[in-house]
Amino acid sequence: MLRSAALLTWPALALLALVVLPLLLLIRISLAPPDPDGLWTSGVVFDAYRNLAEPAWFATLVYSLCIAVLVAAIGLVLGFPLTLLITRMRRPHQVTWLVLLLATLTLSDVLIAFSWQVMLSKRIGLSQMLVWLRLMPQVDSLTPSVGAVIASIVYLVMPFTMLTLYPSLSAMPTEQLEAARMLGASPRVVFQTVVIPLNRAAALTAFAVSALLALGTYVCPIVLGRPQNWTMAVIISNAALAGHNVPLAAAMSLALVAAALVLIAAAFFGARHRWR
Amino acid sequence: MRAAARRLFLVLIAVFLAAPLVVVAGVSFNREPRMTFPPRNPSWRWYGVFFSDDGWTAALSHSLEIAALAALVSITIALPIAYTRWRYRSSVAGWLEAIARLPFLLPLIVLGILFLAFWSWLGHVGRIENTILSHAVVFVGLPLASLAIGFRSIDPAYVEAARTMGARGGDVFRTVLVPLLLPYAACGMIFVFILSLNEYIIAYLVAGYEVETLPIKVFNSLRMGFQPTMCVGAMVFVAVGVLGFGAIAAIGDLPKLLGGRLR
Repeated sequence: MLRSAALLTWPALALLALVVLPLLLLIRISLAPPDPDGLWTSGVVFDAYRNLAEPAWFATLVYSLCIAVLVAAIGLVLGFPLTLLITRMRRPHQVTWLVLLLATLTLSDVLIAFSWQVMLSKRIGLSQMLVWLRLMPQVDSLTPSVGAVIASIVYLVMPFTMLTLYPSLSAMPTEQLEAARMLGASPRVVFQTVVIPLNRAAALTAFAVSALLALGTYVCPIVLGRPQNWTMAVIISNAALAGHNVPLAAAMSLALVAAALVLIAAAFFGARHRWR
Repeated sequence: MRAAARRLFLVLIAVFLAAPLVVVAGVSFNREPRMTFPPRNPSWRWYGVFFSDDGWTAALSHSLEIAALAALVSITIALPIAYTRWRYRSSVAGWLEAIARLPFLLPLIVLGILFLAFWSWLGHVGRIENTILSHAVVFVGLPLASLAIGFRSIDPAYVEAARTMGARGGDVFRTVLVPLLLPYAACGMIFVFILSLNEYIIAYLVAGYEVETLPIKVFNSLRMGFQPTMCVGAMVFVAVGVLGFGAIAAIGDLPKLLGGRLR
Protein backbone atom coordinates (compact mmCIF):
# COMPACT_ATOMS: atom_id res chain seq x y z
CA MET A 1 0.00 0.00 0.00
CA LEU A 2 2.76 2.39 1.05
CA ARG A 3 4.82 1.34 -1.95
CA SER A 4 2.02 1.97 -4.37
CA ALA A 5 1.38 5.37 -2.76
CA ALA A 6 5.04 6.29 -3.21
CA LEU A 7 5.04 5.13 -6.81
CA LEU A 8 1.90 7.08 -7.62
CA THR A 9 3.02 10.40 -6.13
CA TRP A 10 4.53 11.82 -9.31
CA PRO A 11 1.79 10.63 -11.70
CA ALA A 12 -0.88 11.96 -9.32
CA LEU A 13 0.83 15.34 -8.98
CA ALA A 14 1.41 15.63 -12.71
CA LEU A 15 -2.16 14.70 -13.65
CA LEU A 16 -3.78 16.87 -11.00
CA ALA A 17 -1.59 19.87 -11.88
CA LEU A 18 -1.71 19.49 -15.65
CA VAL A 19 -5.18 18.04 -16.34
CA VAL A 20 -7.58 18.62 -13.44
CA LEU A 21 -6.37 22.09 -12.43
CA PRO A 22 -6.34 23.51 -16.00
CA LEU A 23 -9.82 22.08 -16.57
CA LEU A 24 -11.16 23.81 -13.44
CA LEU A 25 -9.34 26.97 -14.49
CA LEU A 26 -11.00 26.84 -17.92
CA ILE A 27 -14.42 26.68 -16.26
CA ARG A 28 -13.50 29.57 -13.96
CA ILE A 29 -12.19 31.71 -16.82
CA SER A 30 -15.32 31.19 -18.87
CA LEU A 31 -17.07 33.17 -16.11
CA ALA A 32 -14.50 35.99 -15.91
CA PRO A 33 -14.78 39.42 -17.56
CA PRO A 34 -12.34 39.71 -20.49
CA ASP A 35 -9.40 42.08 -20.32
CA PRO A 36 -8.52 43.60 -23.72
CA ASP A 37 -4.94 44.32 -22.61
CA GLY A 38 -4.30 41.09 -20.76
CA LEU A 39 -6.29 37.88 -20.63
CA TRP A 40 -9.06 38.19 -18.07
CA THR A 41 -9.87 40.04 -14.82
CA SER A 42 -11.37 38.92 -11.54
CA GLY A 43 -15.11 38.87 -11.03
CA VAL A 44 -17.98 36.75 -12.26
CA VAL A 45 -20.07 37.59 -15.32
CA PHE A 46 -22.10 35.50 -17.72
CA ASP A 47 -21.35 37.60 -20.81
CA ALA A 48 -19.41 34.85 -22.56
CA TYR A 49 -22.30 32.41 -22.22
CA ARG A 50 -24.77 35.09 -23.26
CA ASN A 51 -22.78 35.45 -26.48
CA LEU A 52 -23.39 31.78 -27.16
CA ALA A 53 -27.11 32.43 -27.51
CA GLU A 54 -26.53 34.25 -30.81
CA PRO A 55 -28.00 32.34 -33.77
CA ALA A 56 -24.86 32.78 -35.91
CA TRP A 57 -22.76 31.08 -33.27
CA PHE A 58 -25.24 28.30 -32.86
CA ALA A 59 -25.36 27.72 -36.61
CA THR A 60 -21.56 27.32 -36.66
CA LEU A 61 -21.73 24.83 -33.81
CA VAL A 62 -24.33 22.73 -35.62
CA TYR A 63 -22.34 22.99 -38.86
CA SER A 64 -19.14 21.83 -37.08
CA LEU A 65 -20.95 18.89 -35.50
CA CYS A 66 -22.39 17.91 -38.88
CA ILE A 67 -18.92 17.98 -40.47
CA ALA A 68 -17.53 15.89 -37.60
CA VAL A 69 -20.33 13.32 -37.87
CA LEU A 70 -19.97 13.15 -41.65
CA VAL A 71 -16.20 12.70 -41.39
CA ALA A 72 -16.54 10.03 -38.69
CA ALA A 73 -19.17 8.20 -40.76
CA ILE A 74 -17.04 8.25 -43.93
CA GLY A 75 -14.04 7.13 -41.88
CA LEU A 76 -16.03 4.22 -40.52
CA VAL A 77 -17.61 3.23 -43.85
CA LEU A 78 -14.16 3.10 -45.48
CA GLY A 79 -12.12 2.08 -42.46
CA PHE A 80 -14.26 -0.77 -41.17
CA PRO A 81 -14.18 -3.00 -44.27
CA LEU A 82 -10.54 -2.08 -44.89
CA THR A 83 -9.50 -3.01 -41.35
CA LEU A 84 -11.52 -6.22 -41.62
CA LEU A 85 -9.70 -7.12 -44.84
CA ILE A 86 -6.33 -6.26 -43.29
CA THR A 87 -6.92 -8.47 -40.26
CA ARG A 88 -7.71 -11.42 -42.58
CA MET A 89 -4.46 -10.99 -44.53
CA ARG A 90 -1.30 -12.98 -44.01
CA ARG A 91 1.24 -11.49 -41.64
CA PRO A 92 3.67 -9.77 -44.07
CA HIS A 93 0.77 -8.05 -45.88
CA GLN A 94 -0.72 -7.04 -42.57
CA VAL A 95 2.54 -5.44 -41.45
CA THR A 96 2.87 -3.59 -44.77
CA TRP A 97 -0.62 -2.11 -44.42
CA LEU A 98 -0.01 -1.18 -40.79
CA VAL A 99 3.22 0.58 -41.72
CA LEU A 100 1.40 2.51 -44.50
CA LEU A 101 -1.24 3.59 -41.96
CA LEU A 102 1.38 4.60 -39.45
CA ALA A 103 3.27 6.51 -42.15
CA THR A 104 0.18 8.65 -42.82
CA LEU A 105 0.06 9.22 -39.07
CA THR A 106 3.46 10.90 -39.29
CA LEU A 107 1.99 13.73 -41.38
CA SER A 108 1.00 16.64 -39.20
CA ASP A 109 -2.40 18.21 -39.97
CA VAL A 110 -0.45 21.18 -41.30
CA LEU A 111 1.28 18.93 -43.81
CA ILE A 112 -1.94 17.09 -44.68
CA ALA A 113 -3.72 20.35 -45.38
CA PHE A 114 -0.76 21.54 -47.41
CA SER A 115 -0.47 18.35 -49.47
CA TRP A 116 -4.20 18.36 -50.21
CA GLN A 117 -3.86 21.95 -51.31
CA VAL A 118 -1.10 20.85 -53.67
CA MET A 119 -3.10 17.86 -54.95
CA LEU A 120 -6.26 19.87 -55.54
CA SER A 121 -4.54 22.82 -57.17
CA LYS A 122 -5.07 23.67 -60.81
CA ARG A 123 -1.81 22.38 -62.18
CA ILE A 124 -1.66 19.02 -60.45
CA GLY A 125 -3.32 15.70 -61.18
CA LEU A 126 -6.75 15.50 -59.66
CA SER A 127 -8.59 18.27 -61.45
CA GLN A 128 -7.07 17.22 -64.79
CA MET A 129 -8.13 13.65 -64.12
CA LEU A 130 -11.71 14.76 -63.41
CA VAL A 131 -11.77 16.69 -66.68
CA TRP A 132 -10.52 13.63 -68.52
CA LEU A 133 -13.28 11.56 -66.88
CA ARG A 134 -15.70 14.31 -68.00
CA LEU A 135 -16.76 14.96 -64.43
CA MET A 136 -15.59 18.56 -64.71
CA PRO A 137 -15.96 20.95 -67.64
CA GLN A 138 -12.48 22.51 -67.37
CA VAL A 139 -9.30 22.41 -65.31
CA ASP A 140 -9.78 24.45 -62.17
CA SER A 141 -8.60 24.62 -58.60
CA LEU A 142 -10.68 22.45 -56.27
CA THR A 143 -9.84 24.53 -53.20
CA PRO A 144 -11.09 26.32 -51.24
CA SER A 145 -14.22 24.27 -50.83
CA VAL A 146 -16.13 22.35 -48.20
CA GLY A 147 -15.37 19.11 -50.08
CA ALA A 148 -11.64 19.73 -49.73
CA VAL A 149 -12.08 20.38 -46.00
CA ILE A 150 -14.00 17.13 -45.52
CA ALA A 151 -11.61 15.04 -47.65
CA SER A 152 -8.56 16.29 -45.77
CA ILE A 153 -10.12 15.69 -42.35
CA VAL A 154 -11.17 12.17 -43.42
CA TYR A 155 -7.55 11.59 -44.37
CA LEU A 156 -6.45 12.95 -40.99
CA VAL A 157 -8.75 10.70 -38.93
CA MET A 158 -8.53 7.47 -40.98
CA PRO A 159 -5.45 6.00 -39.24
CA PHE A 160 -7.00 6.69 -35.84
CA THR A 161 -10.31 5.13 -36.87
CA MET A 162 -8.55 2.03 -38.14
CA LEU A 163 -6.13 1.60 -35.25
CA THR A 164 -9.10 1.79 -32.88
CA LEU A 165 -10.96 -0.91 -34.84
CA TYR A 166 -7.93 -3.11 -35.34
CA PRO A 167 -7.72 -4.96 -31.97
CA SER A 168 -11.41 -5.89 -31.97
CA LEU A 169 -11.59 -6.95 -35.61
CA SER A 170 -8.39 -8.93 -35.36
CA ALA A 171 -9.67 -10.80 -32.31
CA MET A 172 -12.77 -11.95 -34.22
CA PRO A 173 -12.45 -15.70 -34.84
CA THR A 174 -12.57 -16.74 -38.49
CA GLU A 175 -14.43 -19.92 -37.44
CA GLN A 176 -17.57 -17.98 -36.57
CA LEU A 177 -17.65 -16.34 -39.98
CA GLU A 178 -17.08 -19.67 -41.69
CA ALA A 179 -19.78 -21.35 -39.62
CA ALA A 180 -22.29 -18.69 -40.61
CA ARG A 181 -21.27 -18.98 -44.24
CA MET A 182 -21.55 -22.77 -44.16
CA LEU A 183 -25.04 -22.51 -42.75
CA GLY A 184 -25.91 -20.69 -45.95
CA ALA A 185 -25.74 -17.06 -44.88
CA SER A 186 -24.85 -14.63 -47.67
CA PRO A 187 -21.81 -12.38 -47.10
CA ARG A 188 -24.20 -9.52 -46.45
CA VAL A 189 -26.10 -11.44 -43.81
CA VAL A 190 -22.84 -12.57 -42.18
CA PHE A 191 -21.70 -8.97 -42.07
CA GLN A 192 -24.95 -7.76 -40.52
CA THR A 193 -25.58 -10.58 -38.06
CA VAL A 194 -22.06 -11.64 -37.03
CA VAL A 195 -19.43 -9.02 -37.87
CA ILE A 196 -21.27 -5.88 -36.80
CA PRO A 197 -22.65 -7.18 -33.47
CA LEU A 198 -19.24 -8.59 -32.49
CA ASN A 199 -17.48 -5.29 -33.16
CA ARG A 200 -20.17 -2.79 -32.23
CA ALA A 201 -18.32 -1.39 -29.21
CA ALA A 202 -15.11 -0.88 -31.19
CA ALA A 203 -17.00 0.71 -34.08
CA LEU A 204 -18.70 3.18 -31.74
CA THR A 205 -15.41 4.02 -30.04
CA ALA A 206 -13.79 4.56 -33.44
CA PHE A 207 -16.71 6.81 -34.42
CA ALA A 208 -16.32 8.84 -31.21
CA VAL A 209 -12.53 9.12 -31.57
CA SER A 210 -12.77 10.32 -35.16
CA ALA A 211 -15.64 12.73 -34.47
CA LEU A 212 -13.70 14.32 -31.59
CA LEU A 213 -10.56 14.59 -33.69
CA ALA A 214 -12.51 16.14 -36.54
CA LEU A 215 -14.10 18.67 -34.17
CA GLY A 216 -10.71 19.77 -32.88
CA THR A 217 -8.93 20.34 -36.15
CA TYR A 218 -8.06 23.92 -36.90
CA VAL A 219 -5.64 23.79 -39.79
CA CYS A 220 -7.68 21.92 -42.43
CA PRO A 221 -10.70 24.28 -42.48
CA ILE A 222 -8.55 27.41 -42.40
CA VAL A 223 -6.23 26.29 -45.20
CA LEU A 224 -8.72 24.50 -47.46
CA GLY A 225 -12.00 26.26 -46.69
CA ARG A 226 -13.58 29.64 -47.28
CA PRO A 227 -14.54 31.68 -44.20
CA GLN A 228 -18.08 30.28 -44.42
CA ASN A 229 -16.58 26.75 -44.15
CA TRP A 230 -14.76 27.57 -40.91
CA THR A 231 -15.58 25.31 -38.01
CA MET A 232 -15.78 25.97 -34.27
CA ALA A 233 -12.06 25.27 -33.89
CA VAL A 234 -11.25 28.28 -36.09
CA ILE A 235 -13.86 30.49 -34.40
CA ILE A 236 -12.52 29.58 -30.94
CA SER A 237 -8.89 30.28 -31.74
CA ASN A 238 -9.85 33.53 -33.48
CA ALA A 239 -11.71 34.61 -30.35
CA ALA A 240 -8.63 33.93 -28.23
CA LEU A 241 -5.93 35.25 -30.57
CA ALA A 242 -7.48 37.89 -32.80
CA GLY A 243 -10.30 38.93 -30.47
CA HIS A 244 -8.21 38.80 -27.25
CA ASN A 245 -11.25 37.37 -25.51
CA VAL A 246 -10.03 34.31 -23.64
CA PRO A 247 -13.19 34.01 -21.50
CA LEU A 248 -15.29 33.78 -24.68
CA ALA A 249 -12.91 31.16 -26.12
CA ALA A 250 -13.15 29.22 -22.86
CA ALA A 251 -16.96 29.32 -22.84
CA MET A 252 -17.12 28.26 -26.50
CA SER A 253 -14.67 25.42 -25.78
CA LEU A 254 -16.81 24.13 -22.92
CA ALA A 255 -19.96 24.40 -25.02
CA LEU A 256 -18.23 22.49 -27.83
CA VAL A 257 -17.18 19.72 -25.43
CA ALA A 258 -20.68 19.51 -23.97
CA ALA A 259 -22.24 19.30 -27.44
CA ALA A 260 -19.71 16.66 -28.51
CA LEU A 261 -20.34 14.53 -25.44
CA VAL A 262 -24.11 14.72 -25.90
CA LEU A 263 -23.69 13.69 -29.53
CA ILE A 264 -21.47 10.74 -28.64
CA ALA A 265 -23.74 9.62 -25.83
CA ALA A 266 -26.64 9.75 -28.30
CA ALA A 267 -24.67 7.64 -30.79
CA PHE A 268 -23.91 5.01 -28.13
CA PHE A 269 -27.48 4.99 -26.90
CA GLY A 270 -28.94 4.88 -30.41
CA ALA A 271 -26.69 2.02 -31.46
CA ARG A 272 -27.59 -0.02 -28.42
CA HIS A 273 -31.25 0.51 -29.10
CA ARG A 274 -30.95 -0.30 -32.78
CA TRP A 275 -29.07 -3.59 -32.64
CA ARG A 276 -30.29 -5.22 -29.48
CA MET B 1 -15.82 -10.94 -59.16
CA ARG B 2 -15.98 -10.39 -55.42
CA ALA B 3 -12.22 -10.87 -55.18
CA ALA B 4 -11.74 -8.31 -57.96
CA ALA B 5 -14.00 -5.81 -56.21
CA ARG B 6 -12.08 -6.36 -52.99
CA ARG B 7 -8.76 -5.79 -54.74
CA LEU B 8 -10.04 -2.63 -56.41
CA PHE B 9 -11.19 -1.31 -53.02
CA LEU B 10 -7.78 -2.02 -51.47
CA VAL B 11 -5.95 -0.36 -54.36
CA LEU B 12 -8.14 2.75 -54.27
CA ILE B 13 -7.67 3.14 -50.50
CA ALA B 14 -3.92 2.58 -50.79
CA VAL B 15 -3.79 5.31 -53.45
CA PHE B 16 -5.87 7.62 -51.24
CA LEU B 17 -3.57 7.03 -48.28
CA ALA B 18 -0.33 7.27 -50.22
CA ALA B 19 -1.25 10.16 -52.55
CA PRO B 20 -0.36 13.08 -50.24
CA LEU B 21 2.91 11.40 -49.29
CA VAL B 22 3.79 10.84 -52.93
CA VAL B 23 2.79 14.34 -54.05
CA VAL B 24 4.74 16.08 -51.29
CA ALA B 25 7.77 13.88 -51.94
CA GLY B 26 7.56 14.67 -55.65
CA VAL B 27 7.20 18.42 -55.17
CA SER B 28 10.18 18.45 -52.78
CA PHE B 29 12.44 17.33 -55.63
CA ASN B 30 11.49 20.13 -58.06
CA ARG B 31 14.50 22.11 -59.15
CA GLU B 32 12.55 25.35 -59.55
CA PRO B 33 10.53 26.69 -56.60
CA ARG B 34 7.22 25.68 -58.15
CA MET B 35 4.33 23.53 -57.08
CA THR B 36 4.50 21.07 -59.97
CA PHE B 37 3.97 17.36 -59.95
CA PRO B 38 5.53 15.15 -61.24
CA PRO B 39 8.77 17.05 -60.48
CA ARG B 40 10.69 18.71 -63.31
CA ASN B 41 14.49 18.34 -63.33
CA PRO B 42 14.51 16.44 -60.05
CA SER B 43 17.26 17.50 -57.64
CA TRP B 44 18.21 17.52 -53.97
CA ARG B 45 18.56 21.30 -54.09
CA TRP B 46 15.91 22.15 -51.48
CA TYR B 47 17.20 19.53 -49.08
CA GLY B 48 20.49 21.43 -49.07
CA VAL B 49 18.62 24.70 -48.54
CA PHE B 50 16.60 23.19 -45.69
CA PHE B 51 19.60 21.91 -43.76
CA SER B 52 21.66 25.06 -44.23
CA ASP B 53 18.85 27.43 -43.17
CA ASP B 54 19.07 28.32 -39.48
CA GLY B 55 15.32 28.92 -39.18
CA TRP B 56 14.39 25.46 -40.47
CA THR B 57 17.05 23.56 -38.53
CA ALA B 58 16.12 25.44 -35.33
CA ALA B 59 12.47 24.48 -35.87
CA LEU B 60 13.45 20.87 -36.50
CA SER B 61 15.58 20.70 -33.35
CA HIS B 62 12.81 22.32 -31.26
CA SER B 63 10.39 19.69 -32.56
CA LEU B 64 12.74 16.80 -31.85
CA GLU B 65 13.58 18.08 -28.37
CA ILE B 66 9.93 18.61 -27.43
CA ALA B 67 8.88 15.23 -28.81
CA ALA B 68 11.68 13.30 -27.07
CA LEU B 69 11.12 14.95 -23.69
CA ALA B 70 7.32 14.67 -23.95
CA ALA B 71 7.70 10.94 -24.62
CA LEU B 72 10.02 10.59 -21.62
CA VAL B 73 7.74 12.52 -19.26
CA SER B 74 4.66 10.65 -20.41
CA ILE B 75 6.24 7.26 -19.72
CA THR B 76 7.21 8.36 -16.19
CA ILE B 77 3.54 9.12 -15.61
CA ALA B 78 2.15 6.03 -17.35
CA LEU B 79 4.50 3.34 -16.04
CA PRO B 80 3.81 3.74 -12.28
CA ILE B 81 0.05 3.83 -12.98
CA ALA B 82 0.10 0.71 -15.15
CA TYR B 83 2.44 -1.09 -12.73
CA THR B 84 0.46 -0.37 -9.54
CA ARG B 85 -2.76 -1.31 -11.31
CA TRP B 86 -1.27 -4.63 -12.29
CA ARG B 87 0.74 -5.37 -9.12
CA TYR B 88 -1.46 -3.98 -6.32
CA ARG B 89 -4.81 -3.65 -8.15
CA SER B 90 -4.68 -0.09 -6.84
CA SER B 91 -7.96 1.78 -7.15
CA VAL B 92 -6.11 5.10 -6.94
CA ALA B 93 -4.25 4.06 -10.07
CA GLY B 94 -7.63 3.34 -11.66
CA TRP B 95 -8.74 6.90 -10.92
CA LEU B 96 -5.49 8.32 -12.24
CA GLU B 97 -5.92 6.29 -15.41
CA ALA B 98 -9.39 7.77 -15.87
CA ILE B 99 -7.93 11.29 -15.48
CA ALA B 100 -5.18 10.44 -17.95
CA ARG B 101 -7.84 9.41 -20.49
CA LEU B 102 -9.72 12.69 -20.04
CA PRO B 103 -7.71 14.67 -22.63
CA PHE B 104 -8.84 12.18 -25.29
CA LEU B 105 -12.39 13.36 -24.74
CA LEU B 106 -11.43 16.94 -25.47
CA PRO B 107 -10.97 18.21 -29.03
CA LEU B 108 -7.41 19.49 -29.63
CA ILE B 109 -8.51 23.10 -29.96
CA VAL B 110 -10.10 22.90 -26.50
CA LEU B 111 -6.86 21.49 -25.07
CA GLY B 112 -5.02 24.35 -26.76
CA ILE B 113 -7.22 26.99 -25.09
CA LEU B 114 -7.01 25.08 -21.80
CA PHE B 115 -3.21 25.12 -21.76
CA LEU B 116 -3.04 28.67 -23.10
CA ALA B 117 -5.12 29.75 -20.09
CA PHE B 118 -3.18 27.56 -17.67
CA TRP B 119 0.33 28.71 -18.63
CA SER B 120 -0.75 32.36 -18.82
CA TRP B 121 -2.31 32.05 -15.37
CA LEU B 122 1.02 30.74 -14.05
CA GLY B 123 2.75 33.66 -15.78
CA HIS B 124 4.96 31.13 -17.54
CA VAL B 125 4.54 32.16 -21.16
CA GLY B 126 6.42 31.24 -24.30
CA ARG B 127 8.68 28.57 -22.79
CA ILE B 128 9.58 25.24 -24.29
CA GLU B 129 8.60 23.41 -21.07
CA ASN B 130 4.99 24.46 -21.68
CA THR B 131 4.88 22.56 -24.93
CA ILE B 132 6.72 19.54 -23.51
CA LEU B 133 4.51 19.13 -20.43
CA SER B 134 1.29 19.85 -22.31
CA HIS B 135 2.11 17.22 -24.93
CA ALA B 136 3.20 14.73 -22.25
CA VAL B 137 -0.19 14.77 -20.50
CA VAL B 138 -2.28 15.10 -23.66
CA PHE B 139 -0.78 11.92 -25.14
CA VAL B 140 -0.21 9.95 -21.90
CA GLY B 141 -3.16 7.70 -22.74
CA LEU B 142 -1.11 6.03 -25.49
CA PRO B 143 1.71 4.58 -23.33
CA LEU B 144 -0.95 3.69 -20.76
CA ALA B 145 -2.84 1.68 -23.38
CA SER B 146 0.27 -0.05 -24.75
CA LEU B 147 1.56 -0.83 -21.24
CA ALA B 148 -1.84 -2.28 -20.33
CA ILE B 149 -1.54 -4.65 -23.30
CA GLY B 150 2.00 -5.45 -22.16
CA PHE B 151 1.09 -6.23 -18.56
CA ARG B 152 -1.85 -8.34 -19.73
CA SER B 153 0.45 -10.40 -21.94
CA ILE B 154 2.84 -11.28 -19.08
CA ASP B 155 2.50 -14.91 -18.11
CA PRO B 156 2.01 -14.96 -14.28
CA ALA B 157 4.09 -18.15 -14.20
CA TYR B 158 7.28 -16.14 -14.92
CA VAL B 159 6.65 -13.84 -11.98
CA GLU B 160 5.71 -16.80 -9.80
CA ALA B 161 8.88 -18.66 -10.76
CA ALA B 162 11.06 -15.63 -10.00
CA ARG B 163 9.40 -15.22 -6.58
CA THR B 164 9.78 -18.89 -5.64
CA MET B 165 13.45 -18.58 -6.43
CA GLY B 166 13.68 -15.73 -3.93
CA ALA B 167 13.42 -12.62 -6.09
CA ARG B 168 11.88 -9.61 -4.38
CA GLY B 169 9.63 -6.93 -5.93
CA GLY B 170 12.54 -4.89 -7.28
CA ASP B 171 14.33 -7.95 -8.66
CA VAL B 172 11.21 -9.19 -10.38
CA PHE B 173 10.68 -5.78 -11.90
CA ARG B 174 14.23 -5.53 -13.20
CA THR B 175 14.80 -9.07 -14.44
CA VAL B 176 11.34 -10.19 -15.55
CA LEU B 177 9.09 -7.21 -16.18
CA VAL B 178 11.54 -4.78 -17.81
CA PRO B 179 12.61 -7.10 -20.64
CA LEU B 180 9.04 -8.27 -21.27
CA LEU B 181 7.60 -4.74 -21.19
CA LEU B 182 10.32 -2.98 -23.13
CA PRO B 183 8.69 -3.27 -26.59
CA TYR B 184 5.34 -2.04 -25.21
CA ALA B 185 6.92 0.91 -23.41
CA ALA B 186 8.95 1.76 -26.50
CA CYS B 187 5.85 1.53 -28.68
CA GLY B 188 3.93 3.90 -26.38
CA MET B 189 6.83 6.35 -26.29
CA ILE B 190 7.28 6.32 -30.05
CA PHE B 191 3.56 7.09 -30.47
CA VAL B 192 3.87 10.06 -28.11
CA PHE B 193 7.04 11.15 -29.91
CA ILE B 194 5.41 11.10 -33.33
CA LEU B 195 2.13 12.72 -32.30
CA SER B 196 4.00 15.42 -30.40
CA LEU B 197 6.24 16.03 -33.40
CA ASN B 198 3.16 16.64 -35.54
CA GLU B 199 0.97 18.53 -33.13
CA TYR B 200 0.30 22.11 -34.19
CA ILE B 201 -2.44 23.95 -32.33
CA ILE B 202 -1.38 23.32 -28.69
CA ALA B 203 2.27 24.05 -29.49
CA TYR B 204 1.19 27.23 -31.26
CA LEU B 205 -1.09 28.47 -28.49
CA VAL B 206 1.22 27.75 -25.53
CA ALA B 207 4.52 28.97 -26.95
CA GLY B 208 4.20 29.38 -30.71
CA TYR B 209 5.76 32.85 -30.96
CA GLU B 210 8.91 31.99 -29.06
CA VAL B 211 9.33 28.26 -29.66
CA GLU B 212 8.71 27.65 -33.34
CA THR B 213 8.29 23.94 -34.05
CA LEU B 214 8.39 22.45 -37.54
CA PRO B 215 4.57 22.34 -38.02
CA ILE B 216 4.34 25.96 -36.82
CA LYS B 217 7.10 26.99 -39.21
CA VAL B 218 5.41 25.16 -42.10
CA PHE B 219 2.08 26.79 -41.29
CA ASN B 220 3.67 30.25 -41.07
CA SER B 221 5.39 29.77 -44.42
CA LEU B 222 2.15 28.44 -45.90
CA ARG B 223 0.63 31.86 -45.26
CA MET B 224 3.50 33.63 -46.98
CA GLY B 225 3.19 31.51 -50.09
CA PHE B 226 4.76 28.35 -51.37
CA GLN B 227 8.34 27.38 -50.51
CA PRO B 228 9.78 24.00 -51.56
CA THR B 229 11.56 23.76 -48.18
CA MET B 230 8.14 23.08 -46.62
CA CYS B 231 7.96 19.86 -48.59
CA VAL B 232 11.45 18.97 -47.43
CA GLY B 233 10.30 19.53 -43.85
CA ALA B 234 7.38 17.19 -44.48
CA MET B 235 9.70 14.55 -45.91
CA VAL B 236 12.03 14.81 -42.90
CA PHE B 237 8.99 14.12 -40.72
CA VAL B 238 7.90 11.12 -42.72
CA ALA B 239 11.46 9.78 -42.60
CA VAL B 240 11.60 10.19 -38.80
CA GLY B 241 8.19 8.56 -38.46
CA VAL B 242 8.98 5.62 -40.72
CA LEU B 243 12.29 5.10 -38.88
CA GLY B 244 10.42 5.19 -35.56
CA PHE B 245 7.77 2.71 -36.59
CA GLY B 246 10.36 0.64 -38.42
CA ALA B 247 12.21 0.45 -35.08
CA ILE B 248 9.02 -0.78 -33.41
CA ALA B 249 8.48 -3.39 -36.10
CA ALA B 250 12.11 -4.49 -35.66
CA ILE B 251 12.18 -4.75 -31.85
CA GLY B 252 8.68 -6.09 -31.41
CA ASP B 253 5.68 -7.69 -32.99
CA LEU B 254 3.91 -4.76 -34.67
CA PRO B 255 0.43 -6.31 -35.01
CA LYS B 256 0.55 -7.46 -31.39
CA LEU B 257 1.79 -4.09 -30.13
CA LEU B 258 -1.18 -2.45 -31.83
CA GLY B 259 -3.48 -4.80 -29.94
CA GLY B 260 -4.04 -7.30 -32.71
CA ARG B 261 -4.21 -11.07 -32.39
CA LEU B 262 -2.61 -13.17 -35.08
CA ARG B 263 -3.73 -16.66 -35.74
